[in-house]
Amino acid sequence: MEKLIMRRVHQGGEEMILNFGPQHPSTHGVINFLVETDGEVLRRAVPDVGYLHRSIEKIAETIGYPQFMPYTDRIDYVSAMMANEGWATAIEKMLKVEVPRRAQYLRAIACELCRMASHLVSVGTMATDIGATTPLVHGIRERESINDLLEALCGARLTYNYHRIGGVAFDLPAGWSDKALKFLDHFEKLLGEWDRLISFNEIYVKRLANVAVITREQAINYGLVGPNLRGSGVSFDCRRDAPYGAYADFDFEIPVGKGFRGAVGDAFDRYYVRVLELRESARIVRQALAKMPEGDIMAKVPRKVKPEAGEVLSRVESARGEMGYYVVSDGTDKPYRVHVRTGSFLAMGIIEDLSPGLMVADLVALIASLDVVAPEIDR
Amino acid sequence: MGDRAEMAVFWIFTVPLIAASLGVVVTKNPITAAMSLVGAFFCLAGIYVLLTAHLVAFLQILVYAGAIMVLFLFVIMLLALQEEILGVSRIKVMQGFGALGCVGVFAVIYRAILATGPRMMPQVGEDYGTVKAVGRILFTQYLLPFEATSLLLLVAIVGAVVVAKQRI
Amino acid sequence: MSALPTPAPARTKTPRLAAIVSVTAAIALPLGLFCVILFATPLLQPALLDGFIRERLHRDPATWYWRDGVYTVALLVLAFVFANFAAIFSGILSWWERRVAGRIQSRIGPNRAGVGGFLVWIADAVKLILKEDLVPAEADQMLFRAAPYFVMVGFILTFVVLPFGESIAVSDMNVGLFFITSITALVVVGILLSGWSSNSKWALFGGMRSAAQVVSYEIPAGLAIMVPVLMAGTLSMQGIIRAQGGLPWQWFIFRNPAAFALFFIFFTSQLAEANRTPFDLPEAESELVAGYLSEYSGFRFALFFLVEWGNLWTMSAIAVTIFLGGWQIPFVPNELYAQLKGTGFPPLAWWGLEAASMLVFAAKTMVLVNVVVWLRWTLPRIRVDQMMSLCWKYLVPVSFACFLFTLLWQIAVAAVPALETAMGVGLTAVSVVLAVLFARQTHRNITAIGDRVDLSNW
Repeated sequence: MEKLIMRRVHQGGEEMILNFGPQHPSTHGVINFLVETDGEVLRRAVPDVGYLHRSIEKIAETIGYPQFMPYTDRIDYVSAMMANEGWATAIEKMLKVEVPRRAQYLRAIACELCRMASHLVSVGTMATDIGATTPLVHGIRERESINDLLEALCGARLTYNYHRIGGVAFDLPAGWSDKALKFLDHFEKLLGEWDRLISFNEIYVKRLANVAVITREQAINYGLVGPNLRGSGVSFDCRRDAPYGAYADFDFEIPVGKGFRGAVGDAFDRYYVRVLELRESARIVRQALAKMPEGDIMAKVPRKVKPEAGEVLSRVESARGEMGYYVVSDGTDKPYRVHVRTGSFLAMGIIEDLSPGLMVADLVALIASLDVVAPEIDR
Repeated sequence: MGDRAEMAVFWIFTVPLIAASLGVVVTKNPITAAMSLVGAFFCLAGIYVLLTAHLVAFLQILVYAGAIMVLFLFVIMLLALQEEILGVSRIKVMQGFGALGCVGVFAVIYRAILATGPRMMPQVGEDYGTVKAVGRILFTQYLLPFEATSLLLLVAIVGAVVVAKQRI
Repeated sequence: MSALPTPAPARTKTPRLAAIVSVTAAIALPLGLFCVILFATPLLQPALLDGFIRERLHRDPATWYWRDGVYTVALLVLAFVFANFAAIFSGILSWWERRVAGRIQSRIGPNRAGVGGFLVWIADAVKLILKEDLVPAEADQMLFRAAPYFVMVGFILTFVVLPFGESIAVSDMNVGLFFITSITALVVVGILLSGWSSNSKWALFGGMRSAAQVVSYEIPAGLAIMVPVLMAGTLSMQGIIRAQGGLPWQWFIFRNPAAFALFFIFFTSQLAEANRTPFDLPEAESELVAGYLSEYSGFRFALFFLVEWGNLWTMSAIAVTIFLGGWQIPFVPNELYAQLKGTGFPPLAWWGLEAASMLVFAAKTMVLVNVVVWLRWTLPRIRVDQMMSLCWKYLVPVSFACFLFTLLWQIAVAAVPALETAMGVGLTAVSVVLAVLFARQTHRNITAIGDRVDLSNW
C-alpha cells in the first residue's frame, strides 16, 4: 500500500495510478481503491478502508448492553434488522434467557423482510453499476413497500431498533399480516419479471459471466460468507447449519452458485444467488405468518443487564453473510470488549487478489457482486 | 457567387489558415499544435469548397481532421511527451535549415505564380468536382496510380499488424 | 409493472399562469420551430431570392451590387433558425426523454416546472448558465475552454444538409451524406480534447474510450451508408430520399435484404457514435465518474449535453433519410412537387404538401428517437473490449459482406426489376409479423404478473 502511494508520487512507466474513490459513484460508500492500470486493464486494485470508521465497538464498551442496540443499526444500515438480532442473541446467550416463540417468529419475519430489502438494493445497484439504471428504481420501489411494512411494525424505515434483549419491541399491528401477504403475492410474481428485465439480459450476462471467478477453495480460504460464499458453490447458511431463533421450524432452500451462465463462482453466480434468495426469504415470511404462535413477545429480563463474567459468540446470517458478535463481559453492566465480524470486511480482502487482469469496468462489477456496504466494513 | 463575395470568403478562410499553420510550427505544446492543424485543415477545406471541389474538401476533413488527427492526438496523449524532452531536440542548426527550406519553397512558388501572370479563373462545368466526375477520372485516367496507392495502404496495414503483433 | 396500490398523494394544483405558459410553450415551441423552418428554408434559396430582388427591389440580380449582401443575410437567418432549432429542440427532447424514462422506471419524472414539468429544460438551462464556469487549476486553459465549441460546431453543421421536407433543407449538396460523416469528426476531436485538457485521469479515460469508439464505429457506419448510396446512385440526402417511395416496400430498408441488416448495423454504429447506451462508455458514470465531462460545469457542460440530446434528432433523421424513405408521402410522386411549385412564389397547395412531407419526416424521426430513448433506459452498458470486438469482429465484416451483396443485388435488380418490389413486400410483411409477435409477447409478459397496460397518469 505505502509502495503504491509512493509510486503515485514518483510516476513513471506505463501504469497509471488511479484513486478509485472515496467519492466514486460505484464504491457504494466511502471506500478508496488505489488502482494501478495499464490502459483499461488493471494491474492491481488495493482497497483502502477506514473512511467510515466510527469506533462502534469501542462505544459498546462505554455504554450498557441494551443501550447499544441502536448502534447496531448503524453497523449495517442496509440490513439493520440482522445486526439487531446478532446483538440480541449474543446477550441472550450470556444471560441464558429463553426468547418467547412468538418473538422468535416476529424476529424471523422482520429479518427476512429486511433481507429482501437489502438484496433488492444489492441486485439493483449491481445493475446500475453495469449501466442499466432502470432495475434499481424498480427494486427500490418494492423496497419501499417492505419499508412501509417494517415501519408499521417497528416505527422506522431504515434503522429499526426493533429487537430487544429477550424479545422484540412491538407485536404485529392489526391487519399487518394481511398486508404482508398481499405484498408477497405481488412480489413473488415480480421475480419473473426481474429476470426478464435484467438478469438474463444478453449484455448483462456477458458483462458478469466468467468475470472475477472465486473458486470454492478461494472462497473458503478467504473466509467469505453469505451469498459470496454460496455463489462459489459452498452450501453454507447459518440459518440452516447453525440454526438460531425460529429458523429450524421453516422449510427453505439455500441457493448456491451452479455456474448459471458461466463458471461457478463468477460475478453472475453471486448476483443470481441473491435473486434466488429473494424468493426463499418470501417463503420463510409466508411460513412464519402461517405458523405464528400466540404468546408474549418479551422474556423476563432484569432491568439492569449485568451478565456474568465470560465470553460469548453469536452467529446470525445477515444479508451480507454470517455476522458474528463476540462479546466479553467482566460482570459489570458494560461489556468489556465487543467485536463484530462482518461479511463486507471479509469480502474486501479478496479484491486485491482477484483484480489483476480485470478491466476497470470489471472492478465495478466485482465490487458490486461482493455487495460491500461501507459502514459494515469499517464499523 | 460574385467575385467580391468570393474574395471575401477567400480571405475569411485564408487568414485563419495562415494563423493556424503558424500555430502548428510555433506553439510548444504538441496538443495545441495538433489542434491548430485541425483548424488549418478546416480552413483549407473551405478553400476547396470555394474552388467547387466539394468532394476533396470533405474527404480532407474526414480523412485528416477526422481520422488521422484523432490518431495523432491519441498518440500524443498516450506518450505524454515531457516538455524538456521536446526542448532538447530543438537544435539551432535544424531551425536554420528549416527556415532556409521554407524560404526556398516560398521562392519557388512565388516564381511559379509570377510565371503564370494575372489570369481570370477558368469557368468550370456543372459536373465539376462532383463525386461522379471525380470517380470517373479516378477509375479511368488515374486507375493505375489509384490501385498502386491502395496496394501501398494494404502493405501499410499488414506492416502495422506485424509490428503490433510482436508486442502482444 | 405497477406498484402495490397505495393511496394517491394529494395533488398540488399547478398555478394557472404556469399552466398556461407551459402548455403554450409545449405546443407553440415545436410547432413554431417547424413552421419557421418550413417557410424560411425554401424562401431563402437563391432562386427565390433572385426573384425577390428582381420583382420587389427592381434590380437585376446578376449585376446588382448588394446581391451578395442579401445572400449573406439570408444565410445568417438560416444559420440562426437552425442553430435555434438544434438548441431548443434538444432541450425539449431532454424533457421528453426524462418523462419517458420516468414511465419506464415506474416513477413520475420531472413534474414541477409547468404542466408535466415541461419547463424543466428551460430551468435547467438557466441554472447551468448561472453556475460558475470552473476551469481546473492544472487544466490546459485554452483547450479546455475550446473543446465544447468543437463539439457544438460539429453537431450544428450537420443541419446544413439535414433534410426536413421535400424542399426543406438548407443546402442539397451533391456530397451531403459525406459532409455529415466528415463534419461529425469534429465532435470526436472536441471530446478527445476535453478529455485531455481537463488534466483528470477519469476525463482522459473517457476521452480515449470515446475516440477509440467513434473512430472504430465510423467504419461500419460508413459501409452501411454506402448501400443506400449504391441503391440511389447519389450522395445527396434529398436524392436518396427521392429514390425511395412513400410506402414501406419502397423504402431502401425493405427493398434489399442486405439493407435490412445494414439498417441495424447503422443504427448500432450511430448509437456508438453518439455515446448512447449501451455504448455510453465514454461517460460511464459508474466506472469513470462522468468521463470526459468530469471537470466541466456550467454553460460548457450544458453545451455537451445539448449536443447529446440534439444528436438524438440528427442520428434518427439520418437513419430515416437513408433507410426509411425520408419525407416521402405515400402515393405522392416526386413530380407533383415540381408541378405544383411552378415559378415565382409557390402556391398554397405546394406549401401544404411541403408541410405534409415535413410532418411525415418528423413523425418517422420521432419514432426512432423514442427507440433510442427506450434502449437507453433498458440496456446495461457493454465493456470496452466487447465494444471493440463487436465492431471489428462482427459489424465490420457483416457490413462489408452486405456491401458486396448489394453490388450483386443491384446487378440482379437491373436485370429483373420485379425482384426489388417482391423483396420489399416480403420483408415488410416479415417485419409486420415480427412487430405483432413482439407486441403479443409484451402483452403476455404484462398480464403474467397480473398487471395491465396502463397509459394513464402522464
